[in-house]
Amino acid sequence: MTDAYIFDAARTPRGRGRRDGSLHEVTSLALSARLLNAMKQRNGLDGHAVEDVIWGNVTQVKEQGGCLARSAVLMSDLDERIPGLSINRFCASGMEAVNLAANQVKAGAGGAYLAGGVEMMSRVAMGSDGAAIAVDPALAMKTYFVPQGISADIIATEYGFTREQADALAVESQRRAAQAWEEGRFAKSIVPVLDQNGLVILDRDEHMRPGTTVDDLAKLKPAFKDMGEVMPGFDKVAMLKYPHLDRIEHIHHAGNSSGIVDGAAAVLLGSREWGEAMGLRPRARIRATAKIGTDPTIMLTGPVPVTEKVLRDAGMAVGDIDLFEVNEAFASVVLRFMQAFDVSPERVNVNGGAIAMGHPLGATGAMIIGTLLDELERRDLSTGLATLCVASGMGAATIIERV
Amino acid sequence: MTDFTMEKDAEGVATITWDVPGKSMNVLSMDGAAELDALIDDALADDAVKGIVITSGKPDFAAGMDLNVLAGMKQGGAQAVFDGVMSLHHLLRKIERAGMDPKTLKGGKPIAAALPGTALGIGLELPLACHRIFAADNPKAKIGLPEIMVGIFPGAGGTTRLSRKLGAMAAAPLLLEGKLNDPARAKAAGAIDEVVADPVAAARDWVLAAQDADLVKPWDAKGYKMPGGDPWHPAGFMTFLGANAMVMGKTMGVYPAARALLSAVYEGAQVDFDTALRIEARWFTQVLMNPSAGNMIRSLFISKEALEKGANRPDVPDQRVRKLGVLGAGMMGAGIAHVAANAGIEVVLIDSTQEAADRGKAHSAGILDKGISRKKLTEEKKAQVLSRITATTDYAALNGCDLIVEAVFEDPKVKAEVTAKAEAVIPADAIFATNTSTLPISELAKASARPDQFIGIHFFSPVDKMALVEIIRGRETGERAVAKALDFVRQIRKTPIVVNDARFFYANRCIIPYINEGIRMVGEGVNPVLIENAARLMGMPLGPLQLVDETSIELGARIARATREAMGDAYPDEAVDAVIFAMEKAGRLGRKAKAGFYAYDDAGKRQGLWEGLAADYPRAADQPELTEVQHRLMFAQALEAVRALEQGVLTDIREGDVGAILGWGFAPWTGGPFGWLDMLGAERAVEIAEALAAHHGDRFAPPALLRDMAARGDSFYGRFGTQAAAA
Repeated sequence: MTDAYIFDAARTPRGRGRRDGSLHEVTSLALSARLLNAMKQRNGLDGHAVEDVIWGNVTQVKEQGGCLARSAVLMSDLDERIPGLSINRFCASGMEAVNLAANQVKAGAGGAYLAGGVEMMSRVAMGSDGAAIAVDPALAMKTYFVPQGISADIIATEYGFTREQADALAVESQRRAAQAWEEGRFAKSIVPVLDQNGLVILDRDEHMRPGTTVDDLAKLKPAFKDMGEVMPGFDKVAMLKYPHLDRIEHIHHAGNSSGIVDGAAAVLLGSREWGEAMGLRPRARIRATAKIGTDPTIMLTGPVPVTEKVLRDAGMAVGDIDLFEVNEAFASVVLRFMQAFDVSPERVNVNGGAIAMGHPLGATGAMIIGTLLDELERRDLSTGLATLCVASGMGAATIIERV
Repeated sequence: MTDFTMEKDAEGVATITWDVPGKSMNVLSMDGAAELDALIDDALADDAVKGIVITSGKPDFAAGMDLNVLAGMKQGGAQAVFDGVMSLHHLLRKIERAGMDPKTLKGGKPIAAALPGTALGIGLELPLACHRIFAADNPKAKIGLPEIMVGIFPGAGGTTRLSRKLGAMAAAPLLLEGKLNDPARAKAAGAIDEVVADPVAAARDWVLAAQDADLVKPWDAKGYKMPGGDPWHPAGFMTFLGANAMVMGKTMGVYPAARALLSAVYEGAQVDFDTALRIEARWFTQVLMNPSAGNMIRSLFISKEALEKGANRPDVPDQRVRKLGVLGAGMMGAGIAHVAANAGIEVVLIDSTQEAADRGKAHSAGILDKGISRKKLTEEKKAQVLSRITATTDYAALNGCDLIVEAVFEDPKVKAEVTAKAEAVIPADAIFATNTSTLPISELAKASARPDQFIGIHFFSPVDKMALVEIIRGRETGERAVAKALDFVRQIRKTPIVVNDARFFYANRCIIPYINEGIRMVGEGVNPVLIENAARLMGMPLGPLQLVDETSIELGARIARATREAMGDAYPDEAVDAVIFAMEKAGRLGRKAKAGFYAYDDAGKRQGLWEGLAADYPRAADQPELTEVQHRLMFAQALEAVRALEQGVLTDIREGDVGAILGWGFAPWTGGPFGWLDMLGAERAVEIAEALAAHHGDRFAPPALLRDMAARGDSFYGRFGTQAAAA
């Protein structure tokens, strides 16, 4: 079987996902097309150079609906023979795009792919595409559906994480992200967002709050306490599923959960032969990929079993991994990951994560693969593992290895 | 038999009158529905008819569907239920469309409902299909859809029509809680249109004046949008998101009807009206075919009503109570005096001091004041009720009482004393009842000069709220005493069961093992949270630890000591006592002491399980599966019920089921312990009991009766339920 390699990875800066966010004025289509154009220019992808564009995106309605991937290809300077595939595995959509592309390359179905994703959360509100699992009584009751914030709090309760631990992790995420920007660690991958005149709209992650302290965070009110304990009372639903729990500890708030942002990311993958033909040097090999379904109520525990699975599939052990990217959807997700594998915080999210910089749902999975690769190169390490928790109880993971 | 008749008058109004012969309340049968269907066809086809008024020939409109009809449908399987329900939908839809052109929505005949009084279930679903609903200004009338209370949901369009009319949020109390309203409140809630002095006259006036547009329901008009938003409207999305969680929280996920109802609303909201009705019919069919619905209808409706009407009353003349004597004005005595006075009975309330007797009467005043503050009672009514209670220390005042209920301290000596004192003054034919909850009736009867007139009437606390009364026959209790007790219970509008005398009678006999099993698990190091939640997840209103906190750990310890003394070496509950005596010693006596298995704040509000339990009873490393905990808690009760039947304490399983639900809240969704065992099947029940016995002791060994039933493939209702047809 052919191996799949990463030749390039790039991302836009992340804009605050609100009306006053810098990217709010940019359409999902335009942001996608400009990033695709950057990938074309950086790698000389003229003509029918890649097999497909696989584009992760969660809220596929309005401008993100109607197969945004195809629209983005047509809007970009890519050849129209490159089709475009929009996919949705919630928060792992961007990673799943990379993994799908890699696995098709491995199977010989095409020499190369552009994979990644976009989410303009300031423009297309999270959840506005509806979801049967949240409202259809038949499924919501069958799966003991609770919103993600409640799930994150259940993880904290079940595995014994305190508000202080969660806040400390958030503060460290901010510190690391600020330091990474200061030292230019993201420079290789950041594609500034320009307007049609070439004027800069955004060239830096703007969600960050450098200098945030534990005392600052201690002032924030738990975000999911009311919906859990009062109206409509999701804690009771959780108790039905987990009858050994007396109460749910509501430790999460805006400061230790991922930020709502706009952004896009892309990865160029292909076979070694394709790279040679194109004159491109592979940066890393996709060592293994995995996805898994997990308990939908606690929902966000996927990174643990999917990491076990991807390691097993790759014949590796946790100790073989140099650096980890574990998406900071909520602090408890990362705390649980480190607890389960007993890995040092010094090897996890070393340049900060979504708590500091934000989590553009459909893009993040591709984004953290790029971040991981940049850092492996910077530190001259070999192997990295990226993983995300996924809504409705799923997980996804990718292991990359520098070549 | 004709349930519906029609008269057409000179002005062109056809009045259809519902008046089921031989019944005090109208109920709808399938034959009745066919009659109504034919009359509607006739009126719609008759050019001389301009409009139709549907009313009742009785003081009330209708009590609902004839539940025997539902039982009959169920015999035919899912297809028969679905077809039967769809035929009702067709009839009601015909009324709603009233002959109008489906495109132009013109040319229909106005149809109004005129409700003289109560309108429940189909008695409201039929009016909801009409174009306008007029109710008489009758504050006693109850209007609503109580189906959910007996394990089903409004399945003749009530769910779809109300949710479309009011929106999911506003319809929720009416549909999901089965809330009943008087006409004024029903109008405010949007269930009916007008409250008038003469609904038939108002309905006539309305049909004569109505225009085409008045007949078009919002959901049949162009551009209909569900009030509050459908599931994909942002506001509607939040409503449905929350509704699922709230229903789960309230029902603990064990009531299939609430889930099905919500599905019918959710799925129905996304399609046209006729499709929504078909969806409603499919969910209704599923619920009706679910054994839980049948069991709930049987116990909470059919059996309960039969028992209240005296199913097991001996054939002796009317024994209604005219003057009641209550001995002991404590919590129970005062409560009994109150409910009797409230039902119009003269009461003499006696205690050893005037102060205590007055305090007992004040208890009644307190309850009445609450009613007044909630605008359910008037000062006048309060004065009336209180005037019926004579609080005194003078036994001579008992002269003329035809029933005595003794509710003094649970001490045989004290009881014997007051029995003799009372019998010295009451008429020779008076019946003497004791409200003991723990002492054998036949023993207490020894203090009576007339043991055949001596009986147990066991009330539950708080007396004014608890619906069940347990009547206990002593060895020598005569038939007239039983009839007296039953007639008294009927007067005070509670539900009686009649059992034979044995330790703890029926209810306490089953509750105690439930509580004990919970306490035993605490001693074993089972996570107390799991114990409590396991019970709640089975539909028990209170976990065993909360229940014993409520009823008092002190009382539990006292009962344990007495039982231990009575049983000697055979006493099986050492493990329970170890925990309960330790709690008692630590002063954790239950909620009254603001300390028990739970912690309480200074105001006595429960704060969660007491953290000290973990220190005293270290958490076992291996925690049991939820199902095992649930089986222990449920079988502790159910096997005791079987033993009560086996030993002749219970003589009618309907009493065992109704008594369990009303007496201690036994998982109502099951229809009671016998209903639950029938759902499991005797064979499976024996299997579970044997496994429990192997792990946890002989108290779980299946009784011979259950083994026999398993061997023969019998069910309890198949074998013992001759009078109690399953719905």
